[in-house]
Amino acid sequence: MSLTGKILTIYGNMVTAEVDGAIRQNAVAYCRRSDGVRLMSEIIRIRGNRADMQVFELTRGLKAGDEVEITDELLSLELGPGLLGQIYDGLQNPLPLLARKVGRFLEPGHYLPALDRAKKWAFTPVAKPGDRVRAATNLGRVPEGIFDHFVMAPFDLAGEWTVQSVKPAGDYPVDAEVAVLEQGGQTRSVTMIQRWQVRIPLGFYETRLLPTTPLVTKQRIIDTFFPIMLGGTYCIPGPFGAGKTVLQQITSRHAEVDIVIVAACGERAGEVVETLREFPHLTDPRTGKTLMERTIIICNTSSMPVAARESSVYTAVTMGEYYRQLGLNVLLLADSTSRWAQALREMSGRLEEIPGEEAFPAYLESSIARFYERGGVVKLPDGRVASLTIGGAVSPAGGNFEEPVTQGTLKVVGAFLGLSYARSYARRFPAIDPLDSWSKYTGLIDGKKVAGAHAFLKKGKSIYEMMQVVGEEGTAMEDFVVYLKSELLDTVYLQQNSFDDIDAACPPPRQKKLFEMVTEVLAHPFSFTDKEQARDLFFTLTERFRNWNYTAWDTPALKDAEAKIRECLTAGAAQTKEASHA
Amino acid sequence: MRKYYNRIDKIAGNVATLKAGNVGYEELAEVEGRGGRSFAQVIRVNGEDVSLQIFSGTRGVSTGDKVSFLGSAMRFSFSDNLFGRVFTGGGAPRDGRTALSDNLVMVGGPAVNPAVRLMPHRMIPTNIPMIDVFNTLVEGQKLPIFSIPGEPYNELLARIALQAEADVIILGGMGLKYDEYLYFKNRLEEGGAMSRSILFIHTASDPVVECLQTPDIALTVAEKFAEQGKRVLCLLTDMTSFANALKEIAITMEQIPSNRGFPGDLYSQLASRYEKAVVFEDAGSVTIMAVTTMPGDDVTHPVPDNTGYITEGQFYVKGGVIEPFGSLSRLKQLVNGKTRDDHRAIMDGCIQLYAKCREAREKRAMGFEMSGWDHKLLKYGDLFESKIMDLSLNIPLFDALSMCWSILADCFEPRETGIRTNLAEKYWPKKA
Repeated sequence: MSLTGKILTIYGNMVTAEVDGAIRQNAVAYCRRSDGVRLMSEIIRIRGNRADMQVFELTRGLKAGDEVEITDELLSLELGPGLLGQIYDGLQNPLPLLARKVGRFLEPGHYLPALDRAKKWAFTPVAKPGDRVRAATNLGRVPEGIFDHFVMAPFDLAGEWTVQSVKPAGDYPVDAEVAVLEQGGQTRSVTMIQRWQVRIPLGFYETRLLPTTPLVTKQRIIDTFFPIMLGGTYCIPGPFGAGKTVLQQITSRHAEVDIVIVAACGERAGEVVETLREFPHLTDPRTGKTLMERTIIICNTSSMPVAARESSVYTAVTMGEYYRQLGLNVLLLADSTSRWAQALREMSGRLEEIPGEEAFPAYLESSIARFYERGGVVKLPDGRVASLTIGGAVSPAGGNFEEPVTQGTLKVVGAFLGLSYARSYARRFPAIDPLDSWSKYTGLIDGKKVAGAHAFLKKGKSIYEMMQVVGEEGTAMEDFVVYLKSELLDTVYLQQNSFDDIDAACPPPRQKKLFEMVTEVLAHPFSFTDKEQARDLFFTLTERFRNWNYTAWDTPALKDAEAKIRECLTAGAAQTKEASHA
Repeated sequence: MRKYYNRIDKIAGNVATLKAGNVGYEELAEVEGRGGRSFAQVIRVNGEDVSLQIFSGTRGVSTGDKVSFLGSAMRFSFSDNLFGRVFTGGGAPRDGRTALSDNLVMVGGPAVNPAVRLMPHRMIPTNIPMIDVFNTLVEGQKLPIFSIPGEPYNELLARIALQAEADVIILGGMGLKYDEYLYFKNRLEEGGAMSRSILFIHTASDPVVECLQTPDIALTVAEKFAEQGKRVLCLLTDMTSFANALKEIAITMEQIPSNRGFPGDLYSQLASRYEKAVVFEDAGSVTIMAVTTMPGDDVTHPVPDNTGYITEGQFYVKGGVIEPFGSLSRLKQLVNGKTRDDHRAIMDGCIQLYAKCREAREKRAMGFEMSGWDHKLLKYGDLFESKIMDLSLNIPLFDALSMCWSILADCFEPRETGIRTNLAEKYWPKKA
């Protein structure tokens, strides 16, 4: 059931058409260029018989008077087995397939099915004829990589239906009928493909739960000091060059979750390319399979049309909700939500809405909140617990955290990992500012001990600042040692060398051990005769800790490295005294 | 059959509005009158009303001028005949030779599918230690030079053009002073590189709309050569002029400004140009180096700020040198692991020590007592500046690395440098 209209105005990626008949807000429409190419669009405002549409493609060549097909369907996704390992654009076009069919460039007007129709999946029925089912009840399952991918009753099912028939175990393509449901004489055929509207949260669960399990990222500064939890939300704001994207990439590699969805939203194509070229060659230590098999990339880079950028974060979060519905722990990394907000701003400007702060629309904050609220831990009807964690990078203009996107985000997330210029310029990576950042979650290590270590950082910073004013000679020995201790904690614990195979990922037992050793140093009562001697001992200590960080776990070499650190502490003072006088 | 319109309803800024039918969005038009002929592009269609952005400006345009539409968006001739040629920002010959009309290609087409991109993986040696050692340039990278007027950024750009390996050099000049244009031309001719260069030059006295076209034409040509398998180096200077031209048009079109008068889509506009940097899976590459002058030396100004988020790092040229802090080539990790095993350690170690040297200098300036450690740092800083940071140096990468080791050995004990023990053992110069 579709209507046709005529184009009245074209301005950038906004087109206004005149339509007679009932129009649905957010319905999909196609603008037909005079050469027959159909450009996908979405209706975003209706005034009388005029529909304003955002076009998901370049509008070059459209003319006033060109035809518009208006459908009755809202922007929606195809969900089912085969999403994992894929690279989609913001409208769920599979990009590698598109390249094979259309060539190097993203020519407008080509739309391909998201799921491969030729591939067959080994289906095992779970439901039997006569079973009573509701929307999202499991009817069968197919293996997708290492996961059981459940084939569920359609999400748009109303009320209780009866299973009339289920196909026996066997190999079927995604669009084959695997079951038939019945209600009051009506029957409905079920395939492995579900459709869901991206702007509406997908969730058929009993209750939402409080996040309680830490999400291990193997980054010490995160896991120990600013932890994230499965089903939680966090944001990474930072000026350019501070390493937001690198941090997101490290997280996507090492995070202990089942599935990672990377939404490259308005960012550089190069970063997506790094992920999509490297992941197929990296092994996931948890499963032994390649990382790509647990990853979905949604990629709408900065040079791709801006309207599709706006919808791409919803595409990503909907897929996240879908895999959560399958009982898995999903991590969604959105990079960057600021580009998404800018897409909102561009459209709002074209719609001539009254602008809010920095010309962002007034609904910016509520849009951000709704997005993050789609994450969470849920208890599914069959008792399993699953989660969707959302981590968003924010790119504040001028690196100023006071701007609307950062502020709107801070209100709704559970952890704030603020990156700083200063740390990045001093090559202290990951450049998360240990004094500005916060987390409301509890991590791997006892909160009290962490608070104690954190206090050292604060104290060290203020002593350092004082030293800038009164000089080293004006600083008491006691304070100077506190400063050196805080520097040690920063250098060997907070900083991590992502290029070292071992130091790049620090698993929980290793973090606990290192934390124990470092806190021992923090508590150690050193006595020095002069500052040179103190500095000298800490140089040695730092170097030995570093070597410990570079040495493999559970090896004799690690024991040696630990012994060398202890040497510094016990024989310590006297020995270094000799060394410095030699 | 071309249809002529001879009634313009409204002229404001560089935009003229008239009534016309069957006109495509972004279609090219020609405006002809007493003031001469100029191309124009459709930038808004509102029913019958069509707004045209006139390339040579609206000065002297009459409401009675003749307007005709050419039936397609802007195109430019692409062939090997382009080599050695100089064009205006709008694509007309600037060198007095004939205009080209063979093999027309569409200017500013759709984006490259990320799936056919390759990860940049080849270093572009420049023999400038501050670039090769600390911020390696990589083929397919997009990298801006942030600077302020008066700094030698164009000289640096010209040196990179001559010293870096590239099959094709394309220069897009926006808002250039006439002498700067001549400087580039002379340097390329002297260096014998003119025969593989193509210049698109918009000077400060040319119409502002042509400034908007310059990067599009330059990058379209670059992309086409890359599709033929060539390694293209595209130099753009100055992107701030381009952004200012965008602002001018946006204000004329009554768009709501977002930040200091710039349109809300500044990021997307800049990104769609910079994102032309690419390494094709089965063809050549485009590398972009672009100058962005920072108004008032303010990096938070919308133009450098948005640029920084788009590009893969940035060079700050300040005080005649590439600033070691802040300057960053984000792609260097992709290549500097394969050069020599000490490359990364030297890169991080030297910069960390130089940062500490600056702290020591501050301390000295404030009159504090200098410790033995401070004196070491001060000595190191002076050596580092004269032997490594100087932009006029012309030494290959490995020699530069050895130079760094010898400077370190002159000033420090191995463990003071924070460099991994096994590397220091291998490379630390043995005292004679």
